[in-house]
Amino acid sequence: MGYFVNSINPSGKIAVDDTILIKGTPATAGSKMLENFTPLFSAEAVERLEKAGYEIAGKTNVGEFGLDLLGETSFFGANEEDGVLAGAAASLVKKGEVKAALSVDLNGAPRRAAALAGVDFIKPTYGTVSRYGVIACACSGEQIGVTAPDAETAKEILSVIAGHDSKDGTSLPAEKYDYALTDVKGMKVALIKELYDLASDAVKTGIDKYAASLKALGVTVEDVSLDIVKEAQTAWQILMSAETTNNLSRFDGVKYGHRAAEYKNIDELYVKSRTEGFGFLTKATIIYGSDVLSKSKYDACYDKSMRIRRVVTEKVKAVLASYDAILAPACSQAEYKAYDVLDSFEKVFEESVFTAIPSITGLPAMATKGVQLIADSYKDNVLLSIAKSVEGLEA
Amino acid sequence: MKYELVIGLETHVELSTASKLFCSCGGHSSPKEPNDCVCPACCGMPGMLPVTNKHAIELAVKAGFMLNCKINQYTTFDKKSYYYPDLPASYQTTQWFNPICVDGSVEIGDRTIGIKQIHLEEDAGKLVHDDATNTSLVDYNRTSVPLIEIVSRPDFRSADEVITYLKKLKSSLQFAGISECEEGAMRCDVNISVRPEGSEEFGVRAEIKNMSSLSEIKDAIEFEKVRHVDALERHTEVLVQETRRWDDVKRRTFPMRNKETAADYRYFPDPNLMPIVIDDAWLEEIRASMPATAEEQSLRYTEMGIPEKEAMVLASDRKLSDTFDEVVALGRAPKSVASWILTECMGNMKRLEIDELNIDAAKLARIIELVDTNEITRPAGKKVLSAVFESDVDVDKYCEENGLNVKVDESLILTTVQRIVAENPDAVANYKSGKTKAMQALFGLIMRELKGTGDPVVIRTLLEQELNK
Ligand SMILES: [Zn+2]
Repeated sequence: MGYFVNSINPSGKIAVDDTILIKGTPATAGSKMLENFTPLFSAEAVERLEKAGYEIAGKTNVGEFGLDLLGETSFFGANEEDGVLAGAAASLVKKGEVKAALSVDLNGAPRRAAALAGVDFIKPTYGTVSRYGVIACACSGEQIGVTAPDAETAKEILSVIAGHDSKDGTSLPAEKYDYALTDVKGMKVALIKELYDLASDAVKTGIDKYAASLKALGVTVEDVSLDIVKEAQTAWQILMSAETTNNLSRFDGVKYGHRAAEYKNIDELYVKSRTEGFGFLTKATIIYGSDVLSKSKYDACYDKSMRIRRVVTEKVKAVLASYDAILAPACSQAEYKAYDVLDSFEKVFEESVFTAIPSITGLPAMATKGVQLIADSYKDNVLLSIAKSVEGLEA
Repeated sequence: MKYELVIGLETHVELSTASKLFCSCGGHSSPKEPNDCVCPACCGMPGMLPVTNKHAIELAVKAGFMLNCKINQYTTFDKKSYYYPDLPASYQTTQWFNPICVDGSVEIGDRTIGIKQIHLEEDAGKLVHDDATNTSLVDYNRTSVPLIEIVSRPDFRSADEVITYLKKLKSSLQFAGISECEEGAMRCDVNISVRPEGSEEFGVRAEIKNMSSLSEIKDAIEFEKVRHVDALERHTEVLVQETRRWDDVKRRTFPMRNKETAADYRYFPDPNLMPIVIDDAWLEEIRASMPATAEEQSLRYTEMGIPEKEAMVLASDRKLSDTFDEVVALGRAPKSVASWILTECMGNMKRLEIDELNIDAAKLARIIELVDTNEITRPAGKKVLSAVFESDVDVDKYCEENGLNVKVDESLILTTVQRIVAENPDAVANYKSGKTKAMQALFGLIMRELKGTGDPVVIRTLLEQELNK
């Protein structure tokens, strides 16, 4: 399986994940359910790019609905070499086949993929890039971001796709966002101890190296304790699964998408179409999401997770009141081996501890040089500035 | 033992907005074909995001004002999940946690009915069964059409109270321009239980779903009352809390399949719709745009000199009051207009079995003008009006063609008067002996002779002259 599910323009320089709609081109979201689904309109971010003169190369392979680690659950096959998994968009960018790629960061997949490939991915502040035209799962936290070889390119593409969109009710009001890069000298960065301790030695070495680079640039790096990383992980798992369950309920075999060949009545049409159309991880997520939303568990699960979201946001913002950015691993290991699909639900949950904080808080985050940076709302430029400065050290 | 009914209503009403609740599709009130007024959003396609229709919010607030509710200035939308082919996204956006209006009341006669809440929600589509292919087809024209659900407290004690409330609700909603309340567009779920009179506890409740005809609602309540009392008194069955439906052919309710009612709807706040904050300025703007209520309208009519009872009848029906206002605006005297609408128009409506007054106000105004200026007689006026009701005739042309104009030759009137006087010496004698009623009898004879075409004033004058000779 190639990185592209559908090519559009061989000379195009931007790849777009298959969870983002482009009018007239099939959008599968990596699922058999949408194998033959062709959207009637394009995502706002795609329209902005096209209007600015960028050509779209094609649609990149993603894990089913973007729920997995690195795209390994795609109905069209995982991207792996010698049993090592890789993200399609990050691989295309790394190989220089495209200038940049648009990906939906739902549960950290593009951040993780970029960190492993050694390229950049920025998940901007929630609400700064329109989600209009994203095959939605977890609306309260998912966000279109940019995979790019370097911070300068990420900034260029982000500047094009960001901005208010009246078609998205959660879009933030500002017409333009300020991505002006600043001098990082004198900045303070907090290294989150709890996440650092969870990572493998190889990842720790990467973080140490990055911290050393920061120090060389005149940035202070300090160990900081943030005691809510597990809570953020579990709460995001609950919110994300619940919203995904709800959003994927529209794929019922009635209107479009996969429909079972034979059925005796409407209930059988639903059950067979969805059983055949969805893969294991999607089904597991739906079952989990249905459970946490059920009447008897709503208060203890969903409602509590929304309250945890507020606490996590307060605590992280308290850190960001004293520090310009947070430094943390983006994933537990330096490479991922192919694994049994039946383990995917637990595996994704385990890994999400590193990516959940930006997802649940909506704060901007960036994968760069194998590490993750997190900043306060609207401070996407701080992330880009730090990433660019460190990238400059080696140039 | 005596029993009393305890009834609560959930009433769904379609709002009069130009577009749907979360997309810009319009024309849904008069679609030409199935799936005529749809877009990717109201078809539940992926990638679309909802954008709230501000006008729907305003109309819901207006309904809140009308029913004396407290308006929640912070209100949210929630998702209610269930699978049914008429629900394209497999969830309905509604207001579960923070409804827009709460704690209101409405007076019916000397009783006060509490309003628990009013919330906004989107309608579902429609399934059409095709017998030829034995398949079901789905029409999404109605999906996402804005509705409000008005939830009453269990304060009704009879079917009549329920009917009075629904009629009042309908006229008030129409008046305020909140809803057209077209036939069948007001749908009710009736929650009903029975308890010994004087008891404070509630009995076992049945919910009769999706009723729209007032007479069926009444019949269903009466049926349920008998069923519940029989169960309590004679142990004909064990009452269980359940959802039932009315079968209009069998004239009774039946329990619905358990599956349809035992669902867990998995409500949760819609993350795509930010909470709506109605600030004081917006609230006041909406309040200021409230039209007169039926009560205020009625008061306005009495101030115009219309007797209270007639004013109330006019104000209770939007079509009647609109017609009244238009005809008065065309320069006709309010009292005269009220009488023509309430007596003559309603007479015709009853005769022709028409539910709603739908007359061209200009035509009615012209008829009243002709009568009031004595160009035609009142009986002639009634005749034209009937013709307008039956075949929408042109008033002036009809009068002309049927010789209704009073411009009858005075000499013809005079010869007729003289002939009648000559033919009825007894009446003349009676008149002369002081029985003035005799003149009325003669007048009637002359009118009949002239087939209502003579000017009554002229006839009366000539008759008096002749009698007093
Ligand atoms: Zn629509």
